[in-house]
Amino acid sequence: MTFEVRFHGRGGQGVVTAAELLSIAAFSQGLRALAFPSFGSERTGAPVVSYCRIDDRPIRAHDPVSEPQAVVVQDPTLLHLPGVLDGLTDDGYLLVNSSGSPASLGLAELAPQLQPRHVVTVAATDLARTALGRPLPNTALLGALAGLTGVVGLASLQAAIRERFGAVAGDLNAGLAEQGLVLATGGSRRHA
Amino acid sequence: MRKQIEGSRAVAEAVAMCRPGVIAAYPISPQTHIVEALSDLVSLGRVGTCRYLMVESEFGAMSACIGASAAGARAYTATSSQGLLFMAEALPNASGLRLPVVMTVANRALGAPINIWNDHSDAMSQRDAGWIQLFAASNQDAVDLHVQAFALAEQLSVPVMVCMDGFVLTHAVEDVDLPSQEQVDAVLPPFRPIQVLDPDDPITIGAMVGPEAFTEVKFLEAHRQLRALDAVQEAAERYRDVVGRDTGGLTTSYRLDDAEVAVVALGSVLGAAADVVDDLRAAGVAVGTLGVTCFRPWPLDEIRDALSGVSRVIVLNRAFSVGSGSILGADVRLSLAAEETSVYDVVLGLGGRPVTRAVLRRLLDDVLDGQVSDSVLSFPDLDVDLVARELDREGPDRPQAVSRGELGADEWGKAWT
Repeated sequence: MTFEVRFHGRGGQGVVTAAELLSIAAFSQGLRALAFPSFGSERTGAPVVSYCRIDDRPIRAHDPVSEPQAVVVQDPTLLHLPGVLDGLTDDGYLLVNSSGSPASLGLAELAPQLQPRHVVTVAATDLARTALGRPLPNTALLGALAGLTGVVGLASLQAAIRERFGAVAGDLNAGLAEQGLVLATGGSRRHA
Repeated sequence: MRKQIEGSRAVAEAVAMCRPGVIAAYPISPQTHIVEALSDLVSLGRVGTCRYLMVESEFGAMSACIGASAAGARAYTATSSQGLLFMAEALPNASGLRLPVVMTVANRALGAPINIWNDHSDAMSQRDAGWIQLFAASNQDAVDLHVQAFALAEQLSVPVMVCMDGFVLTHAVEDVDLPSQEQVDAVLPPFRPIQVLDPDDPITIGAMVGPEAFTEVKFLEAHRQLRALDAVQEAAERYRDVVGRDTGGLTTSYRLDDAEVAVVALGSVLGAAADVVDDLRAAGVAVGTLGVTCFRPWPLDEIRDALSGVSRVIVLNRAFSVGSGSILGADVRLSLAAEETSVYDVVLGLGGRPVTRAVLRRLLDDVLDGQVSDSVLSFPDLDVDLVARELDREGPDRPQAVSRGELGADEWGKAWT
């Protein structure tokens, strides 16, 4: 089993942290995981890419993810940049941070190979503004990713989030992850 | 203990367990997370009585390490790229004075043009500075090699550089098994310097040596470096006995035993190469890898012996000597001077260009198909069209292969003479 995710966002949106948290959640479930960023000189607002490779066997390769099973776009203004949707596999998932619908963003045209139910938008920035007072969409999107793909469980993800952010911010972000999961799965999936 | 941890953080924790007395460092990407983490650990009191020195530059960092080491303290620093070059004046002093400083080099390209990403140009530029140079293939390796580095340095009174790929390893969050403090202590006894600068018992360290004895001093330095080959192997065996993990010593190999084709490399690219080896093995191709962990001193005989049954060797160079050719490849050829082996010398992955499994697979397929020359330096990930356009603009002074028109654009990338 190999599952690879690519995160696209902007400096300051927690793109690198998102990949790290996913890897920690996977590790806590007994899986192997590698998370790594691809960024230049760190600048707020500049496009940032991060990767997470998850496997049930030891991971040796440190090369970038070129054929992801999931792409998470933390800022929809990046959707039309070259490379953002490259290599996304036919059975893959596209998760976009937007209050608009997949249709309004033209996602089906951008990634026509994907099953419609694998193409999802979540208004993660709005959720974060409400919960945290800050536009940090990463934890809600991670919850949505967990719900959509099942690659990690919500409980592992929330544990990783609490470990990283401490008591208050940890609880708020863990709540965001759950909200993201519920929105992405239409509330249909039961979770611990 | 197994942790999902960033490579830089893992190295910082390993270094902290080595109980350094002085850490002096100046931040530079991609080394920064290592020294930030160590600064935190020192200020939290988790590194005993260690002093963390804020210095004004890398030159100051190495100079402080030299002074601290001469005064009997276990000294550590870390740097990258031009930061290493800024230390260059002091590096042969550390080795010439036999001071067992340990330094992490988070490998990064050298400017100009400015580029913060990974290749091996920085470490390669200091290969003749008299330091032992160890290259980590993974973050696990980086942790394990740092503990061995302190033990080696102090056993031999030689400084040791532990090289790890910048960003690719330093910023990768992955599964790393950290040794316990007890295990580190068992591998690394307290530092017993061969001589100490002490105001109460004054001696001179670093006196001038004239033509009457300089050659002899340098000969002895070189001799001790070669003796270090045994010590590197022994340090790895000792570490394996205590910690239970085999880092291989001078080299590591993967499926090399019956291989006809071998990929030789330094650093993290060995992981991707191992995956490609498995794919090719499944297709019936007898291929393996040889990782060079100890680049300085060069394990001349061990490399020759490891490659003895191999007919074709592909050397992945992630730095090269402008105006001359390959660096790692030149050393591999030295090992194979008396052999019939074909050496395919390849430069790739410069300035952060990823060496992907796809790139490696294509390279291996090309070598197996006889598409790559073993008499020239090849650049398999070069954008040949872009270079050709640029050279066209510059006029008639172009590489012969292109002006003769004998090679197409594709081939020219592989045929830089």
